[in-house]
Amino acid sequence: MSSQRYKWIGTRPDRPDGADKVTGRARFGADFNMPGQLIGKVLRSPHAHALIKSIDTSAAEALPGVKSVVTAKDFPDQPNVIVPTGEMQVNLRDITRNVMAREKALYEGHPVAAVAATTEAVARQALALIKVDYEVLPHVIDVDAAMKDDAPVLHDHLITEGVKPVPEKASNIAKRMDNVKGDVEAGFKLAEVVIERSYTTQAVHQGYIEPHATLASAAEDGQVQIWSTTQGHFQVRGFCSRLLNIEASQIRVTPSEIGGGFGGKTVVYLEPVAVRLSQKTGKPVKMVMTREEVFRASGPAPGGTVKVKLGARKDGRIVAAECTVALQAGAFPGSPLGPACWTSFACYDIDNIKVVGFDVVSNRPKVAAYRAPGAPISAWGVESTLDILAQELGIDPIDLRLKNAAKKGTKTSYGPTFDTIGFVETLEAVKNSAHYKTPVKKGFTRGVAAGFWFNVGADSSAAAHVAEDGTVTVISGNPDIGGSRASLALMAAEELGVDYDKVRPVIADTSSIGFNFVTGGSRVTFATGLAVVNSVKDMVRELKVRAAKTWKVDPEAVVWENGMARPAGSNVGEFEPLSLAQLAATAGRTGGPINGHAQLNAQGAGPGFGVHVVDLAVDRDTGIVTIDRYTAAQDVGTAIHPSYVEGQLQGGAVQGIGWALNEEYIYNAKGRLDNAGFLDYRMPVASDLPMIETILVEVPNPHHPYGVRGVGEVPIVPPLAAVGNAVARATGVRMTDLPLSPPRLSAALDAVTPRMAAE
Amino acid sequence: MNDVKYIAARTLDEAVAAMAAANGTGRVLAGGTDLLVQMKAGVVSPGVIVDVKKIAEMMTIDEKAGSFRVGAAVSGAVIGEHAGLKKAWPGIVEAVNLIGSKQIQGRASAGGNLCNASPAADSVPALVAAGAMVTVQGPKGRREVPVEKIHAGPGRTTLERGEIVVSFTLPARPPGSSDAYLRLIPRTEMDIAVVGCGVSLTVQNGTCTSARVSLGAVAPTVLLVEDAGKALTGSRLDDKALEAAAAACRAACKPIDDKRGTIVYRTKIAGVLLKRATAIAVERAGSR
Amino acid sequence: MAKTHVTTTINGEPVEFLCDANQTMLDVLRDQLGLTGSKEGCGSGDCGACSITIDDRLVCSCLMLAPEAEGHSIQTIEGMAQGDKLHPLQKKFVELAALQCGICTPGFLVASKALLDRNPNPTETEVRYWLAGNLCRCTGYDKIIRAVMDVAADMQKEAAR
Repeated sequence: MSSQRYKWIGTRPDRPDGADKVTGRARFGADFNMPGQLIGKVLRSPHAHALIKSIDTSAAEALPGVKSVVTAKDFPDQPNVIVPTGEMQVNLRDITRNVMAREKALYEGHPVAAVAATTEAVARQALALIKVDYEVLPHVIDVDAAMKDDAPVLHDHLITEGVKPVPEKASNIAKRMDNVKGDVEAGFKLAEVVIERSYTTQAVHQGYIEPHATLASAAEDGQVQIWSTTQGHFQVRGFCSRLLNIEASQIRVTPSEIGGGFGGKTVVYLEPVAVRLSQKTGKPVKMVMTREEVFRASGPAPGGTVKVKLGARKDGRIVAAECTVALQAGAFPGSPLGPACWTSFACYDIDNIKVVGFDVVSNRPKVAAYRAPGAPISAWGVESTLDILAQELGIDPIDLRLKNAAKKGTKTSYGPTFDTIGFVETLEAVKNSAHYKTPVKKGFTRGVAAGFWFNVGADSSAAAHVAEDGTVTVISGNPDIGGSRASLALMAAEELGVDYDKVRPVIADTSSIGFNFVTGGSRVTFATGLAVVNSVKDMVRELKVRAAKTWKVDPEAVVWENGMARPAGSNVGEFEPLSLAQLAATAGRTGGPINGHAQLNAQGAGPGFGVHVVDLAVDRDTGIVTIDRYTAAQDVGTAIHPSYVEGQLQGGAVQGIGWALNEEYIYNAKGRLDNAGFLDYRMPVASDLPMIETILVEVPNPHHPYGVRGVGEVPIVPPLAAVGNAVARATGVRMTDLPLSPPRLSAALDAVTPRMAAE
Repeated sequence: MNDVKYIAARTLDEAVAAMAAANGTGRVLAGGTDLLVQMKAGVVSPGVIVDVKKIAEMMTIDEKAGSFRVGAAVSGAVIGEHAGLKKAWPGIVEAVNLIGSKQIQGRASAGGNLCNASPAADSVPALVAAGAMVTVQGPKGRREVPVEKIHAGPGRTTLERGEIVVSFTLPARPPGSSDAYLRLIPRTEMDIAVVGCGVSLTVQNGTCTSARVSLGAVAPTVLLVEDAGKALTGSRLDDKALEAAAAACRAACKPIDDKRGTIVYRTKIAGVLLKRATAIAVERAGSR
Repeated sequence: MAKTHVTTTINGEPVEFLCDANQTMLDVLRDQLGLTGSKEGCGSGDCGACSITIDDRLVCSCLMLAPEAEGHSIQTIEGMAQGDKLHPLQKKFVELAALQCGICTPGFLVASKALLDRNPNPTETEVRYWLAGNLCRCTGYDKIIRAVMDVAADMQKEAAR
């Protein structure tokens, strides 16, 4: 493992923010307060679809303690322009409307106004005094219904992209996407077995335990300070700048510690509103969502439909694969349709592939990224169908995947050809694992599934500064959602050749470090890690120059080893090695402060592959699924801090288990969310689960100095089908609709073998 | 909104007087695990909150000649630590202890669970199966009510304005008696019961000499299923008797389709839980 | 409406505060007493992020009215370390990476301590059921359970010496 090759990388030291996080000292979004602050609250539409005829805020404004009320008229309209955000693309015209409704309320929970008041109680009273004149319109919730010709149309301007001829009428289908490789028609003719199935999933929420929270303070000279719990404070700056016409450098965003994000905090909801309220009142404005607001109004992951068709020879070789995906975008276009399509067959080397996708709007909150956005949904369909194929052909599910596994040189359906990847290695690791080699216990069955995620690179900036005593500060700009700070410090320590404890990683605000793209896309350890390593390299280059000056030799004659400058050879001269501390102490005399900087758009992100195995039992009388044993294997490149890599696998697996078994958005006939809380939005609890075993397969990414691959997102992709496959093998019933909640599973089992009468 | 008054009553009379004076805007506070949730949701806006946790009679458990008196405000955690109660009424104790998490258990009470009148309340089917009597005190004085007569409908009780549930009385029983409560929830914890079933019985020489069965979450109120009790009573608790009792449970269900379960599912599960709960109660009774 | 005056003990120190009758203990801890270690994840007792103990009893502070603190002894996450010495659970959570984002960590620590104070040698199942009221979305619970069991094992070893 890595700990044999490196001194620090691969070890498990305490994380630098550990003491603060276990004592309650660490400050998350809602933990900031400023003197004189006002509390902001949002008025939200009770209707799933309605015209906003007028808003009368006069009574609210007159309430003692209310300092300002804002509506859409306090926000400039935005043009039809697409900007990247996290792993999704968003349209500014849509974003401003999602932050504050303009012409229409498009989902229950859609913000229509906001107030700032001296206390939360007064703010709530003020909301009740705002009079909104709605004209309620018919609404539509589900993808299939929204695609029908007679469905209520959300946006009069929405013409489907990607179809020819261009439609004349607006519809709810924002986009059609097509990916083709080879010729599937010809391919299916070569198939000896064809399996075709349709699947559905429901919308699920990222489920971060910390609700959205922000505190904004606008000064009279136009400068704005924002504290926010976010995965991307540069993103927050960018959105506030665009949505409110404030120059970026006037805005300083400090990220708080973040209590979970999983993609859901790469967008803005409260920040532009808080800034606007602060500008109007001249006071800091703090806004915190309640849990109910988080469910009603922050982006979930889409639900959708997936149709899969696989054609194979009897020996298990897949000759043709087809997939049609339709995803909910929520009230505005922009579901993760691309990734859902591109990842669908990415694990496999198939000559003939056709993928068609539809991005469909409906009267639900606008979706946001959720850990490998889109991929779990298409994987649910593809990996379940693969399992049916394995059963048909009598081939072990791992062997079937080995027969078709993508390798270095495999060309994907969406264009790129894979460089060094570790799917085969991961499959073999599972095959040889303790779990897989252990016979399944009586009364239990085993399910297997695989998954893929590209992982991204994107922009990062970092700096490395050495203090007078030789200790080092490493500065970067990515909120730490899973322990990345520790990994950055480990890489810096390794690169510099000093102790991990001598390196302090710091997450700087938007004014104190160069631009950083969001914490997301499984990119921080890879891309920001690369920037950190490069900034250390830059610092080392300078350290060598200083040593050379001290020794009066050429900088090329100096090497840096184990945290010391040494002469490159004995022919350079006899000089005692110079430590960081020594060089730092004399820095003023050799040229000034010694700092390193780096900024990049990271290329060469390494894709990741996961294979999960689950042993479970199904209570046929109740439809309750009990998970007995779970193993998540993944090629992780190099496990910089193995504990946190294991943590990503375990956390993602459990989110996937929740997605498979019990999590779903339940809407009533009025288009209102029925389960806007943790009581009835059922995420896994500790007693639902066994330990989650992990297998870290290290196939280093050749494009990173330490072989790093992103690891955070892959783990949520396999669990849905792993669970579904085990349930199918346990019961003989192939469930195609998620979640496999007990009433659904029980009904499906009873449809096959009625048990009530037999009781 | 901030006109709420908080009173920590020292005596039952003080509590009753405060509730009566509140003119319908009073709410009793024991654990608060329903009250505070409802206040935050805007469903309930009390004018007066009467904290009863200083009233000894409501906060203690006594045993006398095999009969137990359990204060209505005693927390689930304290109930779960009472060795005598656990031994005599394991079903009631496990039912109370299934309400919410350990944190909820630190506060939630059987009295609150009963008076919140959710059809899915976990403690109530076990109390109904046990034949518990409820002591109620109000402006007109004290009365004793069978627990199954308290629920009037979802969120409604038969209590009159100003009345407070003071304690539960559990009868002494002959040897060979025990009880059990099972519920079906989608996860392993933290869910509201999709179906709850309480069974209390006495077995002597292999024959069931008395049995009471109660179902929760399958009707607007918690049900006492007399036909199920009759099917078990006098039987040797064989498969035929259990199936008859299960059928009686299914017949008694008047469930709804909601975000937690369907009519079909709940009806089926009522029968499944009856059999499983009975088996547990029988095993426990055998060891007593 | 006049505010209620409350005298209580928090983390061993005498504390007085004024509050509205309907303010929760969580609100007072966070907004008035500067004790922001307890978190609001849901406000309805479903996530455990606000866990505290009152008279050594584990409860959700979001479901307790602040006036109820009168005369009782409250312990929050801020009282778990002794001076600059972390409690074994706190140390073990860091050592075994039993936290990722850390928002649920104070609640888990308070709940775990309440468990080990009562049951110093719990089984894995007992630990999982005791902690079922604490939601974690990052870790999948695995390392949290291991940390608690490890501390219990360490305590057993200590006791045996």
